[in-house]
Amino acid sequence: MEEVSTEEQIVTVLKEKFGGEILSIESPYNFLTVILRPEKIISIIKFLYDEEGYQYLTTLCGVHYPDQKSIVVMYQLHNLRQNKRLRLKIALPEDKPVVPTLTTVFPAANWMERETYDFFGVTFEGHPNLIRILNVEEMIIFPMRKEYPLEDQTREDKNDQMFGR
Amino acid sequence: MEQTTNTSALTDIPVQEEKQYSYLNLGPTHPATHGIFQNVLKMDGEIIVEATPTIGYIHRAFEKLAEHRPFYQITPITDRMNYCSSPINNMGWHMTVEKLLKIEIPKRVQYIRVIIMELSRISDHIICNTIIGQDVGATTGFLYLFQYRERIYEIFEEICGARLTTNIGRIGGMERNIPDKAWDKLDQWLIDFPVAFKEFSGLLERNRIFMDRTINCGSITAEKALSYSFSGPNLRAAGVDYDVRVMNPYSSYEEFDFIVPVGTQGDTYDRFMVRQQEMHESLKIIHQALEKLKKEPSDIYHADVPEYVLPPKEDVYNDMEALIYHFKNIMGETEIPKGEVYHAVEGGNGELGFYLISDGGRKPYRLHFRRPCFIFYQAYPEMIKGSMLSDAIITMSSMNVIAGELDS
Repeated sequence: MEEVSTEEQIVTVLKEKFGGEILSIESPYNFLTVILRPEKIISIIKFLYDEEGYQYLTTLCGVHYPDQKSIVVMYQLHNLRQNKRLRLKIALPEDKPVVPTLTTVFPAANWMERETYDFFGVTFEGHPNLIRILNVEEMIIFPMRKEYPLEDQTREDKNDQMFGR
Repeated sequence: MEQTTNTSALTDIPVQEEKQYSYLNLGPTHPATHGIFQNVLKMDGEIIVEATPTIGYIHRAFEKLAEHRPFYQITPITDRMNYCSSPINNMGWHMTVEKLLKIEIPKRVQYIRVIIMELSRISDHIICNTIIGQDVGATTGFLYLFQYRERIYEIFEEICGARLTTNIGRIGGMERNIPDKAWDKLDQWLIDFPVAFKEFSGLLERNRIFMDRTINCGSITAEKALSYSFSGPNLRAAGVDYDVRVMNPYSSYEEFDFIVPVGTQGDTYDRFMVRQQEMHESLKIIHQALEKLKKEPSDIYHADVPEYVLPPKEDVYNDMEALIYHFKNIMGETEIPKGEVYHAVEGGNGELGFYLISDGGRKPYRLHFRRPCFIFYQAYPEMIKGSMLSDAIITMSSMNVIAGELDS
């Protein structure tokens, strides 16, 4: 008999197992979101994968919060058997965002982490091939960080005063 | 005697047995890749030993752009992701914002959206399946069905004025009521398409040459597919019945009666057949939606939220309220609540997700697109390892990799 785990159950399990790691739990628009300390994130996801059936990585992305000087990495997992979704978030320091790679659990994380590195500069330790994926290799900035404006300010070939650049 | 001494002398020389590989650039602009992305193939004769995909050739920084646009101006950006089924992207985006705003959408609009989404799913699958035929050398099917894809675009043209990059619908509903001409064209298409589709199916589905060519070509197991976060027809071909329309219904999909076709092998033939069956199911859904529409009042085409829906032009000139809302809408001055929302729709290629963080400003604070192509394409080198070059080509076309969605 498989036990149907509701949202509360998974929260209780997480609190029991990793109580010290949880910073807060919220549920915006009925989407369970757990904010965690970054240190044990991979072992928590591994636990969710092995024991709780969250075996599908929906997506992974970064969000930059310059006010808090942090880069948040968001992992979104899906338990396909019970159709439960779960979002995990960790906040990394802006100047040295380092987190272990998730490719050890999900091969799908490979390109998602490369994309996050490409745009936010998050270093995923142990990643097999952490290079830029969508931008050119010569790029020296991480363009999705908030301090970079939409147009590349270092370009000299565009001098279009009319449009306020 | 002389000969034996000769051979013994030869065996003393160390023979260099280093294997020679050749490298082949498949792409970036190869006609068979149907999009701009590159694969550097390490080949042993005609066998692929290793593949290194390079992507990003048409990267247009949509996520950064979206942080600098009001919400309604992001719809045209979503068009350009999976441009084979842009209405689904548009609708997915509208529904994401509607979820954030907690807008209740009238049933009639939901059914209209279902019809438009299923039409574009069919057009997406037509492209993919006919291209598989094209790549194995069966051009006839391609020519048969493309006419009907063209006519789907004509229906879109009647509804929104555009064909490929549709920008169809608005946040809160549709931009205008569906004109009678679009309904007529849809009715005629629903009569004509199944005939041509049957012919196309007859050409390929049980065709021995086609089956020999595609069965066991580029297959992937269900476990692998799940660990690579496959979704959509590619995952279902591997045997996992994950369909967002069923798991997390949106736009009243829960009211419709349809089946989720699954394959067993996850090979090119299964992917082809899953898409074929899905086209039948989409036709079923369209018929059901047309039935349901008959019971709805025919003049409702958007929710009653003047803050987010552009008023008709004649009202703007004659009515002050409408003028105010027009101005506020265009300038993006409407109140958007703070929040964090994820909404997924079943796109042509799988789970198309929108992860939106709003800080209450006129633009999103962060918008992340979960693009199914980008995620499943990373399994491609593993799928083609050890196969022939021509198998790699049809594996790629049967996965329906769309460059726009890959690179965002």
